[in-house]
Amino acid sequence: MAGPKPALGAWQDPSAAPLVEIRNVTKTFGSHYAVDDVSLTIYPGEFFSLLGASGCGKTTLLRMLAGFERPDAGRLLIGGEDVTELPPYRRPVNMMFQSYALFPHLSVADNIAFGLRQEKLPRAEIRERVAAMLELVRMGDFAGRKPDQLSGGQRQRVALARSLVKQPKLLLLDEPLGALDRKLREHTQFELVNIQERLGITFVMVTHDQEEAMTMSTRMAVMNEGRIRQIGTPSEIYEFPSNRFVAGFIGAVNQFEGRVMEQRDDLLLVRSDVAGTELRVRTQQAVAPGTPVVVAVRPEKVLLTTEQPPPGDNSLSGSVEEIAYLGDVSIYHVRVPGGALVEAQLTNRARRAVAPLTWGDPAWIAWGADDAVALLE
Amino acid sequence: MRTRRPMLVFSLLAFGYAFLYAPIVSLIVFSFNESRLVTVWAGFSTKWYSALMHNEQLLGAAWVSLRIAVMNATLAVILGTLAGTALVRFGRFRGRSALALMIGAPLVMPDVILGLASLLLFVAMEQLIGWPTGRGMTTITIAHVTFSMAYVAVIVQSRLVRLDPSLEEAALDLGAWPWKVFFVITLPLIAPALAAGWLLAFTLSLDDLVIASFTSGPGASTLPMVVYSSVRLGVSPEINALATVLVLLVTIGIVIAGISMQRRAKHS
Repeated sequence: MAGPKPALGAWQDPSAAPLVEIRNVTKTFGSHYAVDDVSLTIYPGEFFSLLGASGCGKTTLLRMLAGFERPDAGRLLIGGEDVTELPPYRRPVNMMFQSYALFPHLSVADNIAFGLRQEKLPRAEIRERVAAMLELVRMGDFAGRKPDQLSGGQRQRVALARSLVKQPKLLLLDEPLGALDRKLREHTQFELVNIQERLGITFVMVTHDQEEAMTMSTRMAVMNEGRIRQIGTPSEIYEFPSNRFVAGFIGAVNQFEGRVMEQRDDLLLVRSDVAGTELRVRTQQAVAPGTPVVVAVRPEKVLLTTEQPPPGDNSLSGSVEEIAYLGDVSIYHVRVPGGALVEAQLTNRARRAVAPLTWGDPAWIAWGADDAVALLE
Repeated sequence: MRTRRPMLVFSLLAFGYAFLYAPIVSLIVFSFNESRLVTVWAGFSTKWYSALMHNEQLLGAAWVSLRIAVMNATLAVILGTLAGTALVRFGRFRGRSALALMIGAPLVMPDVILGLASLLLFVAMEQLIGWPTGRGMTTITIAHVTFSMAYVAVIVQSRLVRLDPSLEEAALDLGAWPWKVFFVITLPLIAPALAAGWLLAFTLSLDDLVIASFTSGPGASTLPMVVYSSVRLGVSPEINALATVLVLLVTIGIVIAGISMQRRAKHS
């Protein structure tokens, strides 16, 4: 995350007034539920991401906020005002489109001025605000160009300027970086966050790229099949996924299916056949013995050693099946006796050309009870 | 085989061009014929052009045709654009498929039927509501609009389908009212299709003999009608001269269109 964030997010402050309230919104296309009973609250100043695979309903939700789709049920409130029935041109909201949707017959400056001209502002003010926006996105030298004379990155900046120039309460971004190449995308992520913090406008972004959502958001909602599966800060979602879908969608994860044997205070003992042993995992929930559960642990939290580790919470022996050397890290796939293939990620801190472990070597993997989560759904 | 193939290709090409353009070339050549007989060459002359300049009947008919064609093209573009926009942008409204079908019908309907149907309608209307009084330029124009707007609607439709709908959404999002979005964003972006539709409607009207013959009245003979009736009395080289002038105008139009399209292609 770029720049310092306030220690307490607005979503944790009970006295904060929400900017966007989505209340039990449902939208169907024919018999297909694009958005299924979604409720969501977004606070001023947030950079909120809607994350999910294509077809999960995130874009439909965004288009309902913009006013291009009308919900079949539920209400939408922006700044306390019910906007459910308002057409797009009456909402205090602007949107940056995935295709950028720059008007091809207008120059860069005229594209940016378009929104201000609809408000019938004096010419001098329009000129001033357009110039300020061009400055902000570093496109001052291109004011007279037509969109087809710009590169992809330049078009993206013009689209951003055009959607920001009316100083909306809320900016909606539909895959804003989707059309950029990888290198430019990383750079633009930080630029977007900088601009958002400088202007203090609330951003709601739709993306299918989990890395993008993690880097840029204050909070994010993971969506699947029209429903929100989890809402939280990037670290909450990564470290404490609340269900198997979220755990599997964000980052790599090892999942061991099993059944609860017993619970000792906050420690859960899980019998897992695929792991071939008994696993220990810390949880705050009370779980009855016999309940099916999945123990999920991230590859970077798995310790890989050639010798048996000292007795701890979880340790399994196995043999190295695959190694992927990525430069900064190496990824090892270890087959354990129960049949599961466990992924362990090691940071390559020492500099050496030959790895200490190779295919077929016996190895031990271990992790603490605090490093895994127990998923019940 | 290798050496003979270019010869074969070349002769095929020459034959193709001859097939397409020989009649027009002979028409142009014989417009400069000294003789009154169209089939006998008697030396170069431009006298038929000066005769054409004084032929009130032909020039009058050309003027009638031109006015009908311009009015028809303009009305057809307006109505065709409305129909095309409704079909592409208004979603699945009640009666959409009926509209789509009926818009397309004049494209496949024989001219004779269209002409006869229009004539019967005009006569019945005159008896019932007293309008249109008699037949003339107004009735020809109305009949032409009914079929040429179908062509415009098809052209506009195909352009609108390829137009990114988020352009119009972006304009709405930036605060423009729907009618303004149509005039400020949609219309400029489909302007090439409108121009093409206008030219096509103009040509269709200028070209039409059958429908005009049914719906015309005294004093409103179009150019094709006059040409056709005079040919029955024997082809006059004046007609050749007139045709040459038309070919020249069309060629200039095509060249201008070609150049501007090339420039646009280079531009982008």
